[in-house]
Amino acid sequence: MLSVKDLSVIFQTRRGVVDAVRGVSFEVAKGEILGIVGESGSGKSVTSYALMRILDAGGMIKAGEATYSGIDLRRAAERDMRDIRGREISMIFQNPRAALNPIRKVGHQIEDVLHQHARATRQDARAKAIAAMEAVKIKDAEQRYNAYPFELSGGMCQRIVCAIALACDPRLLIADEPTTGLDITTQKAVMDLVRDLIRERAMSSILITHDLGLAAQYCDRLIVMKDGLIVEQGDPVQIFSRPQHPYSRKLVDATPRAGATVRDLLPADIRAPEPQIVASDKPLVEVRDLVKTYAGKSGAVHAVKGISFTVNQGQCVGLVGESGCGKSTTSEILVRLMDATSGEVFFDGEDIAQTPARGFARDPRRADIQMVFQDATDSLNPRHTARQAIAEPLRRLGRMRGAALGTRIEELAGLVGLPLPLLDRFPHQLSGGQKARVGIARAVALDPKFLILDEPTAALDVSIQAVVLNLLVDLRAKLGLSYLFVSHDLHVVRLLCDYVIVMKDGLIVEEGLAHHVMSDPQNPYTKSLIAAAPKPPERATPKDQLEAIDAQHATLHDKRAS
Amino acid sequence: MLASSPRLRAVLMRLAQAIPVVIGVVVISFLLTRALPGDPAVYFAGVAADEASIEQTRVAMGLDKPLPVQFVHYVGDLLQGDLGQSLSSGRPVATDLANRLPASLELTLTALILAVITAVPLGVLAATRPGTWVDHLCRVVVTAGVSLPTFFTGILLIYIFYYLAGIAPSPLGRLDFIYLSPDHVTGFYLIDAALMGDWETWRGAAKQLVLPAATLALFTLAPIARMTRAAMLTALSSDFIRTARAAGLSKSVVLYRYAFRNALLPVVTTLGMVFSFALGANVLVEKVFAWPGIGSYAVEALVVSDYAAVQGFVLVMALLFVVLNLVIDLLYTAIDPRIGFEAR
Amino acid sequence: MSDLTPTDLPRRHGTLDHVFYVLRANPVTLIAFGMFAFLILSALFGPALVPYDPLATNAGNALQPPSWSHWFGTDQIGRDVFSRVIVATRLDLTISVAAVAISFVVGSILGCIAGYWGGWPDVILNRFLDTIMAFPLFVLAMGIVAALGNSVENIIYATAIINMPFYARLVRAEVNIRRDAGFVRAAKLAGSSDLRVLATQIFPNALPPMMVQVSLNLGWAILNAAGLSFIGLGVSPPIAEWGIMVAEGANFIVSGEWWLAVFPGLWLMFAVFTFNLLGDGLRDIVDPRKRT
Repeated sequence: MLSVKDLSVIFQTRRGVVDAVRGVSFEVAKGEILGIVGESGSGKSVTSYALMRILDAGGMIKAGEATYSGIDLRRAAERDMRDIRGREISMIFQNPRAALNPIRKVGHQIEDVLHQHARATRQDARAKAIAAMEAVKIKDAEQRYNAYPFELSGGMCQRIVCAIALACDPRLLIADEPTTGLDITTQKAVMDLVRDLIRERAMSSILITHDLGLAAQYCDRLIVMKDGLIVEQGDPVQIFSRPQHPYSRKLVDATPRAGATVRDLLPADIRAPEPQIVASDKPLVEVRDLVKTYAGKSGAVHAVKGISFTVNQGQCVGLVGESGCGKSTTSEILVRLMDATSGEVFFDGEDIAQTPARGFARDPRRADIQMVFQDATDSLNPRHTARQAIAEPLRRLGRMRGAALGTRIEELAGLVGLPLPLLDRFPHQLSGGQKARVGIARAVALDPKFLILDEPTAALDVSIQAVVLNLLVDLRAKLGLSYLFVSHDLHVVRLLCDYVIVMKDGLIVEEGLAHHVMSDPQNPYTKSLIAAAPKPPERATPKDQLEAIDAQHATLHDKRAS
Repeated sequence: MLASSPRLRAVLMRLAQAIPVVIGVVVISFLLTRALPGDPAVYFAGVAADEASIEQTRVAMGLDKPLPVQFVHYVGDLLQGDLGQSLSSGRPVATDLANRLPASLELTLTALILAVITAVPLGVLAATRPGTWVDHLCRVVVTAGVSLPTFFTGILLIYIFYYLAGIAPSPLGRLDFIYLSPDHVTGFYLIDAALMGDWETWRGAAKQLVLPAATLALFTLAPIARMTRAAMLTALSSDFIRTARAAGLSKSVVLYRYAFRNALLPVVTTLGMVFSFALGANVLVEKVFAWPGIGSYAVEALVVSDYAAVQGFVLVMALLFVVLNLVIDLLYTAIDPRIGFEAR
Repeated sequence: MSDLTPTDLPRRHGTLDHVFYVLRANPVTLIAFGMFAFLILSALFGPALVPYDPLATNAGNALQPPSWSHWFGTDQIGRDVFSRVIVATRLDLTISVAAVAISFVVGSILGCIAGYWGGWPDVILNRFLDTIMAFPLFVLAMGIVAALGNSVENIIYATAIINMPFYARLVRAEVNIRRDAGFVRAAKLAGSSDLRVLATQIFPNALPPMMVQVSLNLGWAILNAAGLSFIGLGVSPPIAEWGIMVAEGANFIVSGEWWLAVFPGLWLMFAVFTFNLLGDGLRDIVDPRKRT
């Protein structure tokens, strides 16, 4: 029903013309869910905007054809396009809260679409809007009708966006990263809903996502995009078990999944054996009855409600939970950037919670407890070079100067795999992975004993996440570090951690050895977390894999030969 | 409904917030009257005062008492509407200001209305057609507008339209002497003349008003147009506009119901600053056009060192501005449903 | 490894490149820099170079229209308007630069304290700024000069006071959004004290928007100072100052002697326009998205 041929999209920017999409061809059949997968900058979203002709200023379709049920989408008059949008082809977007008009009642926003496509009259618009809301499984639709987006949760906002998109019974739904920015359990609820609606109404759909696992779970067919080109398309199971293109192989490898080790995330040719780390059972950090209460605008906020746990020397403990569960607050207190309301934090047997956070900069244990921050971009001063960033702790706490400082910085750069010439670059001149390396180098500069990793890979593309996770594993083995790994993603935590703690609403709901918790969760919340994570198809047997690798080597040889 | 109680609370909170500001304004006004270098009594007694009359003034004004006591007296006088005695007119300052306030308000409000009805469409057009002549015009108007000293624009307009073209009446006050001023109802000549049905006078008053109002409007137009354009650009690049477009909503709905209403919020916020500029520039424009408002009153008082009149003027202007800001904020509360709720 | 070789390697001197790019792409900014240089030069060397003594009267040569010997004509007592206009540059620029410098320093300190530590200093500062901003600012300046006395210094103080809230608010906001930024927390983990974090990590990042504000504010400060002297505050005749010259010339405009008021007025406009253009240009350099 949708057919795209050699579609090219360019953007006129200040630095000249950028080819965002460079000739892609694909088809969407009736009733099919097509997944378009790629990392940031692959052109996957731009493709869909081009189909809808809602490209941002400066963007235009340079070449190619896009036909929807016989209509030429590229040449259709703007007025005809308006009739197609919303009635024939609809879209839902990432970050649903921002995708809704903040100062208009959600019910009215649905009515706007109904009116536009003459699906409702003044008299029945309200009833039809409420029906559209009920269709996306919104309870109390009557009351929600009068709500503003800011009064609704992220998941509820995404349902409203769905209601707007589906109000006029379109036949094709384009979902652009519909779950990005949502918690993992909400993510699953939204995706299940979207899939059910599509199936019920016999619609077609394009699901655009960076998450190969998610796409594989929900789509009939996958397209893998890279740098504006389609590198591979096919059946999800086939792509997962026998990826043909090296890039899709890399993506498949890097997607965290059941049964894979952290080394499995890397491309096969650079996998080194995983270091064996034996954690001692001597406690390094002991947290006892930790409580943190803020004074919020509408009463006290109980962020952490009395938790206790232990991190042993050399151990890597995972702290898992969804946004607002108190995991970030806990890590801020442990790293002594925040004071606890009550409770003790023993480090090497001494209660460091007694030393106020403000004075901890002068504490002799400052160098022993360090942190890798969530967003590598935000954690580097835009006006300091990588060298200056790494030098900061060495100068302040290490009292290093001159040649010794330079040597140590270069040593650290080598340790984290940052090429020396990049040391004199500013953060905006570095890629996401390079910035992450700088952040890690800075954190380990003073040989800390305890390192808190606060979602260190959350902002990274999946292939770079794989590299950074492996770097962290190597560093732990080399430097004998103890980690507290804070994350929302159980699958990622499982790769690194021996022991897992699951938090919800400021309390620990479950803890235990990582493989126990993953394979046999006891708490219903843990179960729902594990169930909500996307389940990519099972990997092919190792034998198949080997064959695939052989085949790839063979093609490489062929290429070199020719 | 559900939403009404936090919103009502927000409105009450906003009203309550005005109280410390008013107190602050009164304190600063008081300090200004007492900060006169040397002996305030000498100033308030006037230029021709001798030792005895200075001493008399000192005791009469309570300047021999400690500062906190003086403040209490000052506030007491204020509450009775007593701003002191004007040396030059011999009347109470409050009476003088009350007589002249309508003239200033008529000028300022006309100018603001003129500015808003020109600047907002200009800003919207510039934002929706970036790179076209409207956009360039907007940019020129904005940059030139904030660079024009109001007093100079006024003089230039007088030269062009009065001296060269001869279209405008002589720049002396609200009404040419050939007309009788309309009966005092609101004090706004345009309204009063219309109420009397005296269209001859109405035209006369309008003619006098055009140049000063245009001068003031030119100055206030720039910040409004700039903010409208910027806010409109921000709104148009928001995610929810993309949702609206992807749902096939027509251009006018996207532009006005979605983008413009959101863009209005920051514009309304800027209006406060614009009022501040307008009230300040008002003083200069009144002087240029010999407009008998409170601004020219203050300037005349300054020349003869009539400090009670000047300080009274400052206080009245500040209170006027506090009220205007309050109105703006309440307006904002009316259009933004998020007021009264914590972010997220 | 893919993350080591980004496809688009930015060049080393990104900032400088960007400056040149903006200047090339927007010649108006380049012109603004030229105009700025001209103003500075006339402030520095103008008094030494002008053809006539700005205060020398010549009753026989009063109210002459512009000519080759008197480019901008002469005023009612025969003084050369051109010389007076050029000489006035120094005074007007001094007033505005001094006022902006004071408000920059005071505003930055107050804003840093309030934005970084929050708490009661923040509350007090906000109340204080609210009170200042509750006055129409020009009117407040009038009141201050009237109260403190009629002198150039008091014009500077008054202009500084009414400008200060803008800096304090801007710095407070800039500091506040960076207070919990990752790089600030990282600096604390590296053992930096609060003061060092503020001085080396946060404040330098707040500088670019401040420079834009400085430039725009200089224009506004000139307007304010000229406005105050126009209504007879601060500078007193016979000193050459743009506001006073316009005020004196205004009396002659209705009889057609336009040059008395128009030239100083134009010069004043030129100066304000320069700073505004410069501010917009700096804004482009600092943040290309904020172009208005």
